[in-house]
Amino acid sequence: MAKKEAKKLEYFTDWKYAPAPEATDHIRLQKQYELFINGKFVKPNSGKYFDTINPANEEKISSIAEANDKDVDLAVKSARTAYDKTWSKMPAKERAKYIFRIARLIQERARELSVIETMDGGKSIRESRDIDVPLAANHFFYYAGWADKLEYAFPNRKPQSLGVAGQVIPWNFPLLMAAWKIAPALATGNTVVLKPAETTSLTALKLAEIIQESGLPDGVVNIITGHGPVGASMVNHKDINKIAFTGSTNVGKWIQKAVAGTDKKLTLELGGKAANIIFEDAPINQAVEGIVNGIFFNQGHVCCAGSRLFVQESVAEEVIRKLKDRLETLIVGDPLDKNTDIGAINSKMQLNKINEYLKIGVNDGADMYQSSCSIPKKGFFVRPTLFLNTSQSHRISQEEIFGPVLAIQTFRTIEEVIEKANNIPYGLSAGVWTDKGSRIFNMTSKLRAGVVWANTYNKFDPTSPFGGYKESGFGREGGLHGLAPYLKF
Amino acid sequence: MSYDFRNTPTIDQVGIEERVARFNTRSIKKGTKVQALKLALNMIDLTTLEGKDTEGKVKQMCYKAIHPHLALPDLPSTAAVCVYPTMVKTAKDALKGSSVKVAAVSTAFPSGNSTMQIKLLDTKFALDNGADEIDMVISRGEFLKGNYNFVFDEIAAIKELTHKYNARLKVIFETGEISTLDNVRKASDIAIYAGADFIKTSTGKIGVAATMPVTLVMLDAIKDYYFKTGIMVGMKPAGGISTAKGALQYLVMLHETLGNAWLDNKWFRFGASSLANDLILQLEKEARGVYFSKDYISVD
Repeated sequence: MAKKEAKKLEYFTDWKYAPAPEATDHIRLQKQYELFINGKFVKPNSGKYFDTINPANEEKISSIAEANDKDVDLAVKSARTAYDKTWSKMPAKERAKYIFRIARLIQERARELSVIETMDGGKSIRESRDIDVPLAANHFFYYAGWADKLEYAFPNRKPQSLGVAGQVIPWNFPLLMAAWKIAPALATGNTVVLKPAETTSLTALKLAEIIQESGLPDGVVNIITGHGPVGASMVNHKDINKIAFTGSTNVGKWIQKAVAGTDKKLTLELGGKAANIIFEDAPINQAVEGIVNGIFFNQGHVCCAGSRLFVQESVAEEVIRKLKDRLETLIVGDPLDKNTDIGAINSKMQLNKINEYLKIGVNDGADMYQSSCSIPKKGFFVRPTLFLNTSQSHRISQEEIFGPVLAIQTFRTIEEVIEKANNIPYGLSAGVWTDKGSRIFNMTSKLRAGVVWANTYNKFDPTSPFGGYKESGFGREGGLHGLAPYLKF
Repeated sequence: MSYDFRNTPTIDQVGIEERVARFNTRSIKKGTKVQALKLALNMIDLTTLEGKDTEGKVKQMCYKAIHPHLALPDLPSTAAVCVYPTMVKTAKDALKGSSVKVAAVSTAFPSGNSTMQIKLLDTKFALDNGADEIDMVISRGEFLKGNYNFVFDEIAAIKELTHKYNARLKVIFETGEISTLDNVRKASDIAIYAGADFIKTSTGKIGVAATMPVTLVMLDAIKDYYFKTGIMVGMKPAGGISTAKGALQYLVMLHETLGNAWLDNKWFRFGASSLANDLILQLEKEARGVYFSKDYISVD
C-alpha cells in the first residue's frame, strides 16, 4: 500500500474528455419570429423586434416580435372566439386527441427542441435532452388522458372550464413550463394566451409550429412574445378568466394586487429558498450527490433549488469535504457539449445579480469556496460556489439567488433544524436525508413546504402535484390537483 | 486502526443507480477513447479458471497476455494472468521476461468453504510457485451470519502470509452472494481494514458478477479510507465486463470517483477473458476507421 501525504484527489489532469458537442447543423431557425395568434404567425402591431442571444457565446440567434396592448387584445379575442365557437363545444375525447398529438410531435422533434433550448437558454444539453423535453412531452401525454375523465377526477362536482387562460412563464425551463401551463388548460377545455420569458422565446415558438402542425383549431393556443408590459397587459385584460404565473415573488405580488376585485382566478408559482437537510445517519455519499443535484441542476435556476444546506454537526466536516471534492469533478462550460454538467447563466442581468450576491456573501462574513474549474472567457458563467459558516441572518441565506450558490449551515437537533428550515418567507420545497423512515414522516409533516423530497432531490413527474406555501405561491400544477385551477365547480 | 463494522455507512441504492446512470451519459471520443481503450487493455487480469484448464491452455493465454494483437505491435500487455495455484508455475515460466504478473486464486476458490489450515496451505503453495498476487475469497456464510470478526481474521491471516512473500492480496466478496449494497460496503470496510491491497467483486463462477453500482460502492469505500488515512487500495471488478463500451464506463466512474492516481493497473484491474478482444477490435477501428472481421483477432 502506498502512503500519500496530500489527501487531495486530482481529476481531469491526465485524462481529459475530448469535446463532444451536439450537432447544430440540423437546426433550422428563422432570422425573425412573429407572434402566434389565431393559428397564424403575424407581425406585431408595434413593428418592434428584440434580439435573443445565446448566453454561452453572447451571439445573436434571432429577432423576436415585441407585442403591445393591441396584440394582447387580438390574442385574447382569438382565444375567446375559439373557446365560444369550437373548443368548449368539442367532445372531451376529441380534445384529448389533439393534446396527445402535440405530445407525439414533441417526441418526434425532441432532438431539435433540446438543442434550441440549450442554445437559447444556456442549460446543458444533457439536461434539456434527458429532462426538459421528455418531461414536457410527458405532461401533454398525462393531461391528454384526463381530458374526458374530469367527471371522475371530481365526482359529483360538475367540473366546467373557465374560458380564456392567460399564462406567463419564466426562463428557467422554457418549454417545460409552457407544457405545464398549456396541457392542463387544454385538457380542462380552456383556451390559452401564453407569454414566454423574453430571453427564452424560441422553444415556445417552436411549440407554436408544433401546435400548427397538430391541427389544433385556430386560436385555441396563442403565443405572444415580449417583455414585462406584455404580461401586465394580459393580467389587466378584461376578457381573461384565469391568470397562471410562474416567476419571481415580486411580480407575483403585483399580479395578485392587480387581479384583486376582479373575477379572474389566479395561481402563482413563485420563488423559493429550500432547505436541504442532512442528518448524521444519512447515506452520506448519496446525500452529497443530492446536494449537488439540488443546487447545481440547471445552474441553480430552479425555484425549488436546495439552496440552503443544513448539515448535522457530527457529520458536517465529512459532508463539506466530500462536497468540495465533488465540486472538482463538475464540468462547467459549453452547454452543447454532452459532457457539460453546468452550462451558462441565462442572461447578463442574472449573471450580474449572482455576482452581486457573491460579494454580499463575502462582505457579510461567510467563507466562499469555489471549484477550481476554468470557465469560458466569453458568455455568462459562474463557478459552482459554496458559502461556509453562514448564519440564518445572512442575506445569502434568506434571499433567492437563482444561481449555482449554496449557503451552508450546521445544526444540532431536529427541533433546531425544523425551526430554521421554516424560518423564511418562502415554502416551496425541502429535502430530507436520513436512513430512518419514521424521521422522514415526522419531518414531512412539520416542514412548511409544498414538496418535500426524501433521500433524493429535484424529481419531477407529471402525475405529482407541485406548488408552494407562503410567499412561494398557491395552486398546484401537475397531477390531478393541477386540473382544479382551470375548472369551476 | 480500530473500526466498528456495525457502523459502516448506509447506502441508498436509488442514489447509487442514479450516479451510475450519470457516468454512463459521458461521451468519450477520439484521443480520449484511444487512451482509455489502451489503458483498459493494460488493466486486464486475463483469466482462465476452469476445471478443464491445462498447461497448454495456460501457455496460450500467457502469450496472448504479452502480445494482445500482433497487427498492432505498440499495444500494451495485460496487467496479469489469473489462474489456479496448480497453474502458477506454468504461467510464471511462460511469462518470464515480461511485465505481466501472475495472480493465483486461493483459499478454496470459489466457495471458500474449507478450513483455515487448508486455505493457508493453498495460498502458500501458490506463493511458493512464484505467484505475484493472491485472489482470495471471503467466507460468505460467516459474513451473512454476522460473524464479521471471523471474516476480518481470515483476511488478516492470509495478508500476513502474502506480506511475507511481498505479494499483493486481492479480496473477493462474491457480491452476488452477499447481495445488498449495504453488505458490499460492510465487506469493503472489513477487507480494507484487514489489510487488503485490492478489493474484488466476484469469482465469475455465479450468475451475478460485477455491476457498476456494486463497483461504485466499493470505490466509495476506497475513497473514504484514502481520505482518512492517505493509503491507496486497488479495485478489481470481475466477471460480466465483456465489451469495450462497458469498460470505458467503468473507467469514467473510476476517474470521476478516485481521480487520476487510480488510472493505472497498479490500482485498477478488470477480471475478464473476452474483454481483451473487444478492446482490440475497437482499437483497430480507431486506427483504421473500419471494423475488422473478428477472424483477424486471435482467440486464446
